[in-house]
Amino acid sequence: MSHSKKAAIFNKDEAKVNWHDKALWYVREKRDNAAHGVKGWEYLRDTASKIKGNVLSNLDNYLIEFEANAIKNNIKVHWASNAEEHNKIVHKILEEHNAKNVVKSKSMLTEECHLNPFLEAKGIEVVDTDLGEYIVQIAEETPSHIVLPAIHKTKEEVDELFQEHLGTNPSNGNPEYLTNEARKHLLNKFIEADGAITGVNFAIAETGGIVVCTNEGNADMGAHLAPVHIACMGIEKIIPKEADLGVFLRLLARSATGQPITTYSSHFNKPAEGTEIHIVIVDNGRTEQLSREDFRSSLHCIRCGACMNTCPIYRRSGGHSYDATIPGPIGSILSPGKDLKKHSSLPFASTLCGSCSNVCPVKINIHEQLYKWRQIIVKEESQPVVKKSILKITGKVLGNRTLYNLVGKSARFMLKYAPRFMVYSKLNTWGKARELPEVKNENFDTWYKINRKNNG
Amino acid sequence: MKVGLFIPCYINQLFPQVAIATLELLEKLNIDVYYPNEQTCCGQPLGNSGYEEDSKGACRLFVENFKEYDYIVGPSGSCIYHVKKHFDILEQTSEVIKVRNNAFELCEFIVKILGKTDIGASFPYKVGLHKSCHGLRGLHLGSCSETMDSHYSTEEDLLNNVKGLELMSLTRKDECCGFGGTFSVFEEAISVKMGKDRIQDHLDNGVEVITGADHSCLMHLEGLLNRNEEPLKVMHIAEILNSTI
Repeated sequence: MSHSKKAAIFNKDEAKVNWHDKALWYVREKRDNAAHGVKGWEYLRDTASKIKGNVLSNLDNYLIEFEANAIKNNIKVHWASNAEEHNKIVHKILEEHNAKNVVKSKSMLTEECHLNPFLEAKGIEVVDTDLGEYIVQIAEETPSHIVLPAIHKTKEEVDELFQEHLGTNPSNGNPEYLTNEARKHLLNKFIEADGAITGVNFAIAETGGIVVCTNEGNADMGAHLAPVHIACMGIEKIIPKEADLGVFLRLLARSATGQPITTYSSHFNKPAEGTEIHIVIVDNGRTEQLSREDFRSSLHCIRCGACMNTCPIYRRSGGHSYDATIPGPIGSILSPGKDLKKHSSLPFASTLCGSCSNVCPVKINIHEQLYKWRQIIVKEESQPVVKKSILKITGKVLGNRTLYNLVGKSARFMLKYAPRFMVYSKLNTWGKARELPEVKNENFDTWYKINRKNNG
Repeated sequence: MKVGLFIPCYINQLFPQVAIATLELLEKLNIDVYYPNEQTCCGQPLGNSGYEEDSKGACRLFVENFKEYDYIVGPSGSCIYHVKKHFDILEQTSEVIKVRNNAFELCEFIVKILGKTDIGASFPYKVGLHKSCHGLRGLHLGSCSETMDSHYSTEEDLLNNVKGLELMSLTRKDECCGFGGTFSVFEEAISVKMGKDRIQDHLDNGVEVITGADHSCLMHLEGLLNRNEEPLKVMHIAEILNSTI
């Protein structure tokens, strides 16, 4: 189903749309305030963008440097060219440790690879330990936002969900009570866990270490208690130096939630005695995106979600309307690179307002890439016949002044004299909720001919 | 200085009063202004829909019509932005480059090229300014709420000098109205919701007239206002700057 259809369904409940919009706008405003507090914010964005540009231009070398340094620190490094390989590698490691109860902190990559169902089918329990992810997991849904996975759920809905799954008492959506109940439940899972999976926010080439940012400390809890820690990362997560964290950590949390820094920025450099750290480095379509010059910089993304919070369409259509692992503006330029047909409506789910590009901490020109994907989609994917014919004809009309005169005249005549039931028929999508402009007696061409005779 | 007046297709056909106000305003400012009468459209509706290839005829016609002018001035930030940004699909001849460099949105032309902010207008109403996205984030007519640059606004500079006009502050200073060209039809539900929310912001802040430098946004908002019989009017900024009420 296209984005517009799903968005129209989401919009049937206007009160919920208003709530969703306001919740995310609040985060956008927190981001603005936090960014205003940093002198040289725009310089920081610029620097981050350039570092990422450098990384992408020398990705092969940085990856090899990272691997060599990680191995020196007794970290085991694995390479996966696609989701299937990634899942098999993770499973094999868990199997070797006879791990049956796995705790996982937030990782969009494992969502992208559909790791949970893969492991569950092999008899391994995977518990998402980020509170938002945990909520969507027990609701058997997918995250609707990359930083706020359960933002589509009200606290009252979470209350009901917890009553059903955790046996909590009705609390009228009391966030403290609900969080505490989830924590109690998750603590047992942490203690029982024999394997921990985390994502990676930054992988540092010069040290071979990784950094994982969370607010709940769940990544640390999992990784420190379990005998084996598997960290999964896309190839683009590399940064050259540890010092670069001074740029990215300042940008990430401010852009994401308006915090100066995430509560936990945890550095994993080598395994503790008697434990293992494995890093799985995944391509899964990224080198292909890297090869597309117009879309290369989409790989700058540090997954802050700021483009979602600011996007007026995302806020009013909900993350699930995008039907993609990464929703919102950034998802709409990444997803078509993976499956053009499936995601062909996403680049059109935008007014090209450009707010996404302005908030992006690594300066991805998101709205320009949306425009470019549109040109490709129209050429490569079959288009609705009516839409295609109208636009093709429009092209002919606008390139020919005689045709333009004729069409302008007839359209104005129709709008002025046709009866209302004809103009506001089912075919007139504009007119479902809006009036058409009131047509004046003459167009400007005619007015000009009459009133400015000696000119032109 | 020879100025070519660019009147976007939808303004020509549906909102001649905006074109007339633009022309009269430029004449008041003693500009030598011409209206090339073979012009049609900048091609934006096609480009934004993914049919950039099919817009080349319109783009070429645009260049043909405006190549001889020192400046090309139009009352629509969005169309001017399209000329500047997306005419890269044409072969970059000296004529194409000249047209792209010399195309200006009306307010920007008055403030930046003519160096004027007070043009003796008066308009005793409470006005809300809708900053259209292409004018704001594309042409940089003002600072954006997302970026940390110091505040400026070309349209505010002009409106603040209109006698009697009270410029009302909005809660969301520069959120998109949801028009977006063919987006308004292909994503109808979201487009309408965005427009309704923009209007509510103006209503909440006591606005009587919504104005802006892009009439396509205003057309969308006006469609909603008229359907819902809201006590608000829309007027293009050229109409306000041209009035002496």
